[in-house]
Amino acid sequence: MQTFSFDPVELPPAAAELRREVREFLAEHNAARKPLDRAQSWSGSDPDFSRKMGERGWIGMVWPKKYGGHERTSFERYVMLEEMLVAGAPVGAHWIADRQSGPLLLNFGTEEQRQKYLPPVTRGEMFYCIGMSEPDSGSDLASVRTRATKVDGGYRINGSKIWTSGAHTAHVMIALLRTRNNPDNRHDGLTQFLIDLREADGTDLKEKNGITVRPIISMLGEHHFNEVIFEDAFVPDSAVVGTEHGGWAQVMAELAFERSGPERYLSSIQLVLEMIRALAASPTPQGHAAVGRLVAHLATLRQMSVSVAGKLNAGEDPALEGSIVKDLGAVFEQEIPTIAQQVFDLEPKLGEGSDLEQVMGFLIQNSVSYSLRGGTREILRGIIARGLGLR
Amino acid sequence: MLADTVNRLFEDLMTTELLIAAEQGEWPAALWHAVEENGLTMPLVSEAHGGVGCGWLDARVVLHGAGRYSAPIPLAETILASWLLDRAGIEPPHGPMSIAGGSDGAPLRLTREPDGWRVDGECPRVPWGGQVDHVVVVAPAEGAVRVGLVAKGEFNITSSQNMAREPRDTLRFDNAPVNVAGTIDNLPADAVTLFGALIRTAQIGGALERALHESVLYANDRVQFGKPIGKFQAVQQNLAQLADEVAAVGAAGSSACAAVDLALQSGVLDDAWFRIAAGKARAGEAAGKAASIAHQAHGAFGFTYEHILHFSTRRLWSWRAEYGTGERWAEALGRRVVEIGADNLWEVMTAND
Repeated sequence: MQTFSFDPVELPPAAAELRREVREFLAEHNAARKPLDRAQSWSGSDPDFSRKMGERGWIGMVWPKKYGGHERTSFERYVMLEEMLVAGAPVGAHWIADRQSGPLLLNFGTEEQRQKYLPPVTRGEMFYCIGMSEPDSGSDLASVRTRATKVDGGYRINGSKIWTSGAHTAHVMIALLRTRNNPDNRHDGLTQFLIDLREADGTDLKEKNGITVRPIISMLGEHHFNEVIFEDAFVPDSAVVGTEHGGWAQVMAELAFERSGPERYLSSIQLVLEMIRALAASPTPQGHAAVGRLVAHLATLRQMSVSVAGKLNAGEDPALEGSIVKDLGAVFEQEIPTIAQQVFDLEPKLGEGSDLEQVMGFLIQNSVSYSLRGGTREILRGIIARGLGLR
Repeated sequence: MLADTVNRLFEDLMTTELLIAAEQGEWPAALWHAVEENGLTMPLVSEAHGGVGCGWLDARVVLHGAGRYSAPIPLAETILASWLLDRAGIEPPHGPMSIAGGSDGAPLRLTREPDGWRVDGECPRVPWGGQVDHVVVVAPAEGAVRVGLVAKGEFNITSSQNMAREPRDTLRFDNAPVNVAGTIDNLPADAVTLFGALIRTAQIGGALERALHESVLYANDRVQFGKPIGKFQAVQQNLAQLADEVAAVGAAGSSACAAVDLALQSGVLDDAWFRIAAGKARAGEAAGKAASIAHQAHGAFGFTYEHILHFSTRRLWSWRAEYGTGERWAEALGRRVVEIGADNLWEVMTAND
């Protein structure tokens, strides 16, 4: 049985100063944002806000300076992120690039790719999307069959990706594609590619390259997801990220980074804050107990998540711990709307009503997705069970 | 290193026979002797008083081990009692100790007589109250919360037990002589409940880890339908949730202990209160959930007295209720959070950084 530990971590002194700076920034640029909009959390997107964050040096904070980064510690990045999320700031446009695509390129990209694709990210001018899932490949990611076929000077791509957040606005997609079939090993023969979708000035590159983006409207009536269809789309040889046919290991490393950040337990924080506000106006013992229980979970999850950040900072591989944080975090985020409904005798509403009613109405529906994205609950628990020595 | 000492000691001495004998009232003298010999009762005692001078984060390792191995001795209580004495300026005596503060709404009463201090009052559910050599009492007197040491024989004992058949005795103090020294700065009047919750949170973390360990062993060993039941996804998914709870309570316990260490430096106990409340609330919830999963995984074998699992799960059910249920701490925490206000929640959440 693999052991796991979540030792307390002391944040560096620079973190406190940064926290103050971020709060000042938020007081200036986020104060007018309504609770319902804040509840979008890291799905809330505003390119102008991203550019302002870029100016402050808060995108690519831990990356090398030669790629536009700021070489700060991952603890400082953590502090910045949690302040943004608790404030419900619209960080969505650059989120994927900052969290996973940038680190992926730093780990596996060529020097040319880093020079071209990282500095604009840090300025808040280049946004990414991730092409992993396909209509027939969800949790079973290794079954992807959108194919990149070798041709003179590059590859031709055919197939489709689905649930691609932000494909309609992103400049770049990092896609996991099949480059060869190995009947003995499904994990072999997958390759990651950088696919240009837009010029820096926003000019669309998709249509003339056989790439079609179809919106998928969520049950809330919102457009975040897309289906992306490739019909003989061409990418040059220089679009390969890392090792040809060796994309599986790269994707697994990328997903591990994705699982333990503050966004994995803060997605419903706005509802906790609205519950506290409502109870301040009319306190009840039942409400106190419910909020206290949620805050106990919140404090524990933060401690666990910061601890994993410490392990990542120290170069360890906390894949098991990260899966535990994400599993517990999603359960927590999803139970908050249910508990709010138990505590408050009110009807959740959309487009009208109090902030509490509206945030509830949004999160009851939206939280369904929190245990699906980034690895389903069942997949995570399978990873944990493997760590326990059961598989 | 401390963890190695703790694990080796308990691994060598903690047998099922010893647990059964302790449940029948036998005092495990050899175990206590080994624990004391190795300095495990005094991690928090200053070097000036013959201790090790560690903080609560280190002491947690001992508390966790005591919980993990279901050690049927008042080790956690002695660690807490020694710490209170040490901070009040009294050199902790050898031998097992417990702590007593009175009951809800009726604290013990300390009075100063010409020939020394006396303590009066009744305290129910004192852990190992009938077995210990000394009891440390905490009570307000003369404008401060004071700590005193009462020797065995100076109080009446009515024996009782918790579900794990650990002694939980009612102690009656009638004008009992008590050694009261200095006061501890900022010690809250409910210190026994507060720090009692802290030691139980750490012990629950250990007992949860044991329940997980036993469950994984059993699931890999027990064959049904031609394969170990641990190969079935339904079982795997349940045990993963058990691991989640183990991880969460481990983190909550560490966080609370680290907060007390910080509070002792700053002199402000407020943040430590927040972490202790959160820890006991989280641990109390986890105890029930984890015990259910562990028993489900063990099937009928885990329901027998012969199997070792119940020594952990009966402790989990007892300890979650002791020094405030999770629900009670959650309500107190919630009231505090609502007073602080939504706009200051994250300030409080990050105060410990």
